[in-house]
Amino acid sequence: MKILMFGWEFPPRISGGLGPACFGLTKGLSELGTNILLVLPQAKDCNPYVTHLQVIDANDYRTRAPSFKSESEHSRVQCRRVDSPLRPYITESDYSYWIEIERKRHETAGVEEQTTGLLPFSGHYGPTLMAEVRRYAEIGALLARGEQFDLIHAHDWMTFLAGVEAKKRSAKPLIVHIHATEFDRSGESVNPEIYEIERLGMEQADKVIAVSHWTRNKIIDRYGIDPAKVEVVHNGILKEPMLDRSQVGAHPRGKIVLFLGRITRQKGPEYFLEAARIVLNQVKDVRFVMAGTGDMLPRMIEQMARLRLHQHFHFTGFLQGARKERMYAMSDLFVMPSVSEPFGLTPVEALQYGVPVIVSKQSGVAEVLPHAIKVDFWDIERLAESMIHVLTNEEAAEGIVKKGQMELASIGWDFAAEQTLSVYRSLVH
Amino acid sequence: MASICLCFQVHQPFRLRRDFDFFSIGSQLSYEDTSLTAAVVRKVAQKCYLPANQLMLKLVNEHKGKFKIAYSLSGVCLEQFEQYCPEVIASFKKLVQTGCVELLGETYYHSLSFLFSKDEFQAQVRAHEEAIGRYFDIKPTTFRNTELVYNNQLAEAAEAMGYRLVLLEGADRLLGWRSPNFVYRPASNSNLRLLLRNYRLSDDIAFRFSNAAWEHYPLTAEKYAHWIHSVGASSQVINLFMDYETLGEHQWADTGIFQFMQKLPTAAFARENVRFQTPTEVTQTHVPVGIIDSPYTTSWADTERDTSAWLGNEMQRSAMEYVYSLESRVRNTGSADIIHAWRKLTTSDHFYYMSTKRSGDGEVHRYFNPFPTPYDAYVTYTNAVNHLNESLIANSVVREERPAREAIHNAYL
Repeated sequence: MKILMFGWEFPPRISGGLGPACFGLTKGLSELGTNILLVLPQAKDCNPYVTHLQVIDANDYRTRAPSFKSESEHSRVQCRRVDSPLRPYITESDYSYWIEIERKRHETAGVEEQTTGLLPFSGHYGPTLMAEVRRYAEIGALLARGEQFDLIHAHDWMTFLAGVEAKKRSAKPLIVHIHATEFDRSGESVNPEIYEIERLGMEQADKVIAVSHWTRNKIIDRYGIDPAKVEVVHNGILKEPMLDRSQVGAHPRGKIVLFLGRITRQKGPEYFLEAARIVLNQVKDVRFVMAGTGDMLPRMIEQMARLRLHQHFHFTGFLQGARKERMYAMSDLFVMPSVSEPFGLTPVEALQYGVPVIVSKQSGVAEVLPHAIKVDFWDIERLAESMIHVLTNEEAAEGIVKKGQMELASIGWDFAAEQTLSVYRSLVH
Repeated sequence: MASICLCFQVHQPFRLRRDFDFFSIGSQLSYEDTSLTAAVVRKVAQKCYLPANQLMLKLVNEHKGKFKIAYSLSGVCLEQFEQYCPEVIASFKKLVQTGCVELLGETYYHSLSFLFSKDEFQAQVRAHEEAIGRYFDIKPTTFRNTELVYNNQLAEAAEAMGYRLVLLEGADRLLGWRSPNFVYRPASNSNLRLLLRNYRLSDDIAFRFSNAAWEHYPLTAEKYAHWIHSVGASSQVINLFMDYETLGEHQWADTGIFQFMQKLPTAAFARENVRFQTPTEVTQTHVPVGIIDSPYTTSWADTERDTSAWLGNEMQRSAMEYVYSLESRVRNTGSADIIHAWRKLTTSDHFYYMSTKRSGDGEVHRYFNPFPTPYDAYVTYTNAVNHLNESLIANSVVREERPAREAIHNAYL
């Protein structure tokens, strides 16, 4: 079976969970004998990660002959890139925020070389997100004419127009894969244009794959999609080599409670901060770390200052690679208080580092971790109680890790790939 | 006859490493960016301190002692000169030896300690007197608090410490209808004298000099001397207080600022009834005409002329509270190194960088800010204070263990 897949992020360019999910899923599918032609907007440095597939550079696509056959001899997945500033998890308003940050960064960098700071650096933002989405759709139409495939698989809204175009030109079945909806990203203040693209994609699709039942319910309730069309495939996890707790070396006194993720409304950073305040009224020897960046970061820093938690609450900025590993490894508790989390990779990563986790009930990952502590994101009293429970009770902490790790053992990308393949088979015989 | 009283503030903070992050807290790393501190002070020495001192010395000699100036040199800046560009100290010594230069007292660390701890304030003022005595063999009698931060209590504290004169901002709300161009006193029963900055004429040089959009651009020494003369006819003193870095650093050499300064004394002397005096000479010549009552705190910063440049938002107040909350524990260590390190964190610049003001004042804050955003400044600063706090904890553990070990040792003897 040959799949034309429209993706977004791919390692090493990762800002959220979509990159790792795409990597894990394509790897699992290729091991099951599926041929994948993966189109990406940015894949410049992804070569070390594509031993199981091939890259389509959609920018090069116009000038190059279709290459599916010749390149597929070594690998079952091909990958092509389209240069674009798109990021899967940002909203249009985030997008203009980042552009503004970018602009300021460049101004500062003009005076003096600027490499540190809390906000990430990336030189690839264009003027408007929507224009980029439409440009990407044109690539979809071009590919549909030039390539041979049996089925189209599109990940998240930015690729949906490309998927729909490809379906129109080829008359092949379309699957759209929902890693996050506009309601997850923006709460109730949704961008109507994005909502419309999501709804259109799901309506035109022959099947919709949701990463959790939490997300499936949203698709049915908020987008009015026929339940019979919507399947759940939970994300798997990638097992990677990692630091051991004993390898992290000296760090500040006291236990560390970690929030790691984009500092945006969706992730509920303010509930973490409020709960931290309650915990610190009762337990002194604790430090809270908010790792990540986003449009709510300045507000969170100001709020921390207002609460005078300066001695116990820290901001690290965006972490990746060894620094991110070190942060996980030195933590004693991980909290994901997301307001709406379709899946949620970070608690899974934390568990892999032996860190107990508390997750919000409003998350897909809660479905695959029956033994994790779960609280409503808004219930800061309950969240604080749970934090104190884990921080002051070694046995409880160990229990959460042990059971959580056992639960993780049963969720892998091989399993997710099998489920995805059965969705494919329901459409292609 | 009106006096021109020129006072220059000379100050550079010890700078923090911008990459001192969460992982660095409690590590062996230092939060001080010694290479940046050295690079900045050396750069400013080349652009400002050395050429400006040379010019001032020339003017003093040329005008045969009639050209007078005053400096407030912060202790942390003197320390940096000694370490990174000792030739600057040598050139200040030469200037002081002419007898035409007055040196002012301030807090060694250029801090706002007066607002938070009277003990600490006094200690920092005494430390500064010690440094001025050591380098220049002078005991200052004029006090100029950090960034002209002033209120009634400051006047009392300065007088109690032996100062005869204090400089402050000629803020509208203190003066009302009155002019800053006279000598004042803080209360009818006080022997202290007050000189108030003429912010319009000072900022004409400090801020507006190179602004091509300004109606009086370009500012010539003749034009400026004319203004001074016309104001001076009905005044005792025109107080021109500004950053020394105005010469060559805030206003680059190519703006013509040095030529302006060079011509200013000649242009001034060309008119009748104008002379240059040091602050102390001014108060020896003129009697106070009125009382300045300042129940609230003023400063020379921003349009508000209050403390909001350093304490205007929650980040600044949080940082300030945090650093002063360590005071007694720092002092109890008895460690000169720890006390010095802590005091360097009280330097006002750290808090200035955290300002989130917008518009014109915000532009000024951003010009001085080495951090990309005020949030970065705050996070890095609290990381540094946390680092120091960790070392205090480590230090107190050692101190507690030692007597215990000694007690056990003695029990076995």
